[in-house]
Amino acid sequence: MMEITEGSHAVAEAVRLCRPQVISAYPITPQTHIVEALAEFVANCQLDAEYITVENELSALSACVGASAAGSRTYSATTSQGLMLMAEVCFNAAGMRLPIVMSIANRAMGAPLSIWNDQQDSISLRDSGWLQFYAEDNQEATDLHVLAYKVAEDHSIQLPAFVCFDGFILSHTYEPVDMLTQEDVDKYLPKFNPLERLDAADPISFGMYATPDYYLEFRYEMDQAQKRAKAVIAKAGKEFGAMFGRDYSALIEGYRLEDADTAIIAMGSICGTIKDSIDEMRAEGKKVGLLKIRVFRPFPGEEIAKMLSHVKRVAVLDKNISLGAKGATVMEIRNALYGSSIPVKGYVLGLGGRDVRKRDLKEIVALCEKGPGDQFYGLRKELI
Amino acid sequence: MRELRIHGRGGQGSVTAAELIAVAAFEGGVFAQAFPAFGVERRGAPVQAFVRFDDKKIRKRSQVYEPDYIIVQDSTLIKDVNVFMGVKLGGIVIVNTEKKPDYKVPDGVKLITIDATSIALKAIGLPITNTSLMGAFAAASGEIQFSALEKALNHRFPKELAAKNIDAARVAFDIVKGAA
Repeated sequence: MMEITEGSHAVAEAVRLCRPQVISAYPITPQTHIVEALAEFVANCQLDAEYITVENELSALSACVGASAAGSRTYSATTSQGLMLMAEVCFNAAGMRLPIVMSIANRAMGAPLSIWNDQQDSISLRDSGWLQFYAEDNQEATDLHVLAYKVAEDHSIQLPAFVCFDGFILSHTYEPVDMLTQEDVDKYLPKFNPLERLDAADPISFGMYATPDYYLEFRYEMDQAQKRAKAVIAKAGKEFGAMFGRDYSALIEGYRLEDADTAIIAMGSICGTIKDSIDEMRAEGKKVGLLKIRVFRPFPGEEIAKMLSHVKRVAVLDKNISLGAKGATVMEIRNALYGSSIPVKGYVLGLGGRDVRKRDLKEIVALCEKGPGDQFYGLRKELI
Repeated sequence: MRELRIHGRGGQGSVTAAELIAVAAFEGGVFAQAFPAFGVERRGAPVQAFVRFDDKKIRKRSQVYEPDYIIVQDSTLIKDVNVFMGVKLGGIVIVNTEKKPDYKVPDGVKLITIDATSIALKAIGLPITNTSLMGAFAAASGEIQFSALEKALNHRFPKELAAKNIDAARVAFDIVKGAA
């Protein structure tokens, strides 16, 4: 049923329907409303889960690691500095192959302190082994949590997952969302049934010491699981579509891309504004399209190359910057298009909550057509 | 698509007003989107919140620069913040004030002043003006039905508090309707 609600609330409701058995999180703006809602659900017996309050994010994710290893479906949520405090545990959770699902209400990294949105936080953990989903709107933010559990817990994957949605821009926005029902989610998402779990009667160990004779193979297996996730997402996304009417089988989506000369590539909530600007540019006779990346890990490089084969140029928008190099997405796209002659131009924008308007996107398309890329867009020259 | 920008000070309920207006609009069968321009979270600091209304799904996420409607919860903001910036021709500006305006809205824009503070003090016992201004907005814009606003308020607040806020909204609604 369609309801108008806050993004954080819609996400909390979706998480509730996934029946997590253990939740541990530490509040941080702009993630707070999600964990407040979940704490309330537990207190009101609307969710039968253990909610473990902790002193910081390091402990929050550590609690999830223990609970997940013991065989519980677990959940956490964080953002920005909170995620960085979890960084060590993120690598461990992935290495121990624990399918924890965590919401990231994307926010800029300090210093300087910023509570506003960009995607530097989750992008900075792109190499940790977690699957990474990015939502365009609150419908996707809601749905992707259910999908993420299904994919993460698949026995051929067993990796944790970030579900990323832009802080404030989505987390604090009221908009209509088709809310899922418990009955449907129960049908779609079976009970957590891990291959291995901690059991005092049949003891095993997680996260042991791996000598140089073994470590390389562990990392190889994780990389293989990431690669297998493409097919598992395709299958789970299709099943989601059959059940709920919204098909998430594709890791990327095109918008008016079929006959486009210029392709814009982006992730997250900015895609909505881009679609509106594309409609206006199309009306002015400009053949522009969008390639939206919904899954950043595993990275759908081959799929992207295929979808872009006909375009004349590509403008990649990054709400992150690998300082001293380039935006994370543009580097991936160059890699994906290696050997092709399509010019790829990168624009770093929207950092720390800088608003991106339709006119900015038109300006970027114009820049891409004639000028150089690999630049920060929208700099206030008087401040430099 | 029509857009509303609300100017207020931290603590006056601008964000809540935006949310409730969006809820009421959705109740009336319209796609709506409400979001805050989060700044420093302090009482008294200038804040903004936005609402969009459309007949189809709203995809745009940027802030509102060219509103059809503006609500100003505190007229002392007018000297500090360019609250009328970008307002569209034919737009409506609602200002909470008991004074005669000593400022001008752009040509072709309708100015409605209403003493929402007195209405709120009388109906709620507190100078919380957002619900009165929601009533004024419903009457002036036609974007939301009063019954939908009533429903949204009943859903958000406990019974007694909701009733007081509905009273405040109704007084403002009637004043603006009566003046039209």
